[in-house]
Amino acid sequence: MSSTNLFHIRTEEAPHMAAPISTTGIIGWMRQNLFSSISNTVLTIIGILLAYWLIAPLVQFALIDAVWTGQNRDACLPQDGGHSGACWAYVKAYFPQFIYGRYPSEEVWRVNIVYALFLLLLVPLAIPSAPFKRLNAILFLIVFPIIAYYLLTGLVIGDWVVLPIVETAVWGGLLVTLVIAVTGIVASLPLGIALALGRRSKMPIIRTISIVFIEFWRGVPLITVLFMSSVMLPLFLPEGVTFDKLLRVLIGVTLFSAAYMAEVVRGGLQAIPKGQYEGAMALGLRFWPMMYLIVLPQALKLVIPGIVNTFIGLFKDTTLVLIVGMFDLLGQIQSSFTDPTWSTPSQGHTGYLFAAMVFWCFCFGMSRYSIFMENKLHTGHKR
Amino acid sequence: MSKKILPLVLGAAMGVAATTAAGATTLEDVKAKGFIQCGVSQGLPGFSNPDAQGNWTGLDVDLCRAMAAAVFGDASAVKFTPLSAKERFTALQSGEVDVLSRNTTWTMSRDTQLGLNFAGVNYYDGQGFMVRKDLGVTSALELSGASVCTNTGTTTELNVADYFRSNNMPYEIVAFEKADEVVAAYDAGRCDVYTTDASGLYAQRLKLTNPGDHMVLSEIISKEPLGPVVRQGDDEWFNIAKWTLNAMLNAEELGVTSANVDEMKASDNPSVKRLLGAEGAFGEAIGLSNDWAYNIVKNVGNYEESFNANVGPDTPLGISRGVNALWNKGGFMYAPPVR
Repeated sequence: MSSTNLFHIRTEEAPHMAAPISTTGIIGWMRQNLFSSISNTVLTIIGILLAYWLIAPLVQFALIDAVWTGQNRDACLPQDGGHSGACWAYVKAYFPQFIYGRYPSEEVWRVNIVYALFLLLLVPLAIPSAPFKRLNAILFLIVFPIIAYYLLTGLVIGDWVVLPIVETAVWGGLLVTLVIAVTGIVASLPLGIALALGRRSKMPIIRTISIVFIEFWRGVPLITVLFMSSVMLPLFLPEGVTFDKLLRVLIGVTLFSAAYMAEVVRGGLQAIPKGQYEGAMALGLRFWPMMYLIVLPQALKLVIPGIVNTFIGLFKDTTLVLIVGMFDLLGQIQSSFTDPTWSTPSQGHTGYLFAAMVFWCFCFGMSRYSIFMENKLHTGHKR
Repeated sequence: MSKKILPLVLGAAMGVAATTAAGATTLEDVKAKGFIQCGVSQGLPGFSNPDAQGNWTGLDVDLCRAMAAAVFGDASAVKFTPLSAKERFTALQSGEVDVLSRNTTWTMSRDTQLGLNFAGVNYYDGQGFMVRKDLGVTSALELSGASVCTNTGTTTELNVADYFRSNNMPYEIVAFEKADEVVAAYDAGRCDVYTTDASGLYAQRLKLTNPGDHMVLSEIISKEPLGPVVRQGDDEWFNIAKWTLNAMLNAEELGVTSANVDEMKASDNPSVKRLLGAEGAFGEAIGLSNDWAYNIVKNVGNYEESFNANVGPDTPLGISRGVNALWNKGGFMYAPPVR
């Protein structure tokens, strides 16, 4: 009849259809990633169930059933025989002690200044694009420790009490954890590098000393080191000579982690091809410029994960100082369990949950920063 | 292992202690530095534990504060060193602390072999039993066939075995490594009885879901006299520790409290007069001022006040005086008179 029915010429583009609903959006993503096969589906369901079994009681305990305010244990006692939730009121009451230990409350501002200075100097040092790196490093590594030392311990010139002395015996909580961890981290890296170089040295005495040192400190458990330094050392010292307990712990922890650090760095040094050394020598560089300019920058970059691993291990090992009667964050929390004013069935769980959260934040932070540095420094090695 | 090494270590420590004794006495040292260094536990509820403000409180702590009051007239002239059970004796021997007031059981071997002197008993502890009230048990002798929760490898376990066997009662031990696990198991109903030192039972009771549903039986099956310890060979300091405790007990016996001590100073009772230094020179005899006991009671209180404030019925621990009552009230607490 009409020619228009004989053939059909499309004069405009067909409208774009949306992709099938099963391949797009959240459903498509789930089909592709979570339910692509039978085994995958089973794993997904098990995973979801596991997460539910773990997370639901935690949320119930930490948030829904939790007690947020109260003056003493009565607030946190379980109602009508049921299970009680986290007693955050207890953490609130003890919070200053968890952060400062038993540091005198009228002197706590000194600790706050140290915390603030630490952050103020560390943050720009950690941001690669921030200016004045050299000045910043000098301030952080040389000036800051001196200021922090006098602020925390006190300063007396003759009869003039500038800052009242605060003994390390009353320090505690996060303060002790951070003092030990930061000192250990900052001091063990250079010491570890020196030991690693010493162990690869061709000079027999230096090599022997390095090997003996590393193998000795790696061969004894940290808990033994701490125990020896606090129980045995006072017996060998002449009467009247006493080392501060915190100082003994600091030295023990630093030497201990330096030995581990040395082996990590040595691993990096061994990964550098011989050609790099020979090239540096062909340029006429002596030992230290060769190490500083050519070898170490490459070697350290390779072992960033190992170095940070040691740092995180050291940070968590600070909890061992409890056995020599020092109260780090965990020790301070454990000692608060003995206060009958707050003693409830949920007190222990709450305290440990708080400790876990604080430690996790610090360790996770270090771990993320190490990944950031790896990505920034990778120049062709990354797969 | 530690049992074999300990005497060696302490032997070495005694060598050090002997050399120091030749120098200044502990009292001179303490007066020179202006405070007493007191070794306490890392935390035992009611005996020595830091509170939320970070101050040390407890029965053992009060004894050190009383010694400071006796020496300086100031109960705050004392610094506390928290010590673990392992390091406590070495710390005393090496001079790190002047007195150890750390719920330490007075035993013959400790008294004679470690170069230490126990200055008295400030709390008579002993192993006891805790049961649910609805069990209907009033005496430990009715516990035949019971399952007993306790810690592994401690003397507690052996004491239970001895007690049940000597009374011809069958029993079943449910033992755990850590105190927290034992409490949890008992709370969950896995055993009928929980046994450990009585002071510990009262402290652990607070961690139960319903503390009010549980009671501590009156039977005590072991002797754990706890008291302050000083170094051997310094009798002057030993006397001060011993008589500080005695002064607190005598003050309770004579009705002298921190509230009425000023009026009591004018009392006609010669015993009170001698105690508070209104008569005689008893303070000078132990190297202190004559108002030493007045300072103790004024600043810290008598034994009853200290007991009630730290572990007594009105505290969460709720321990009754029991054997720790005065001798004339049915307990063991008996202090020699001041005369």
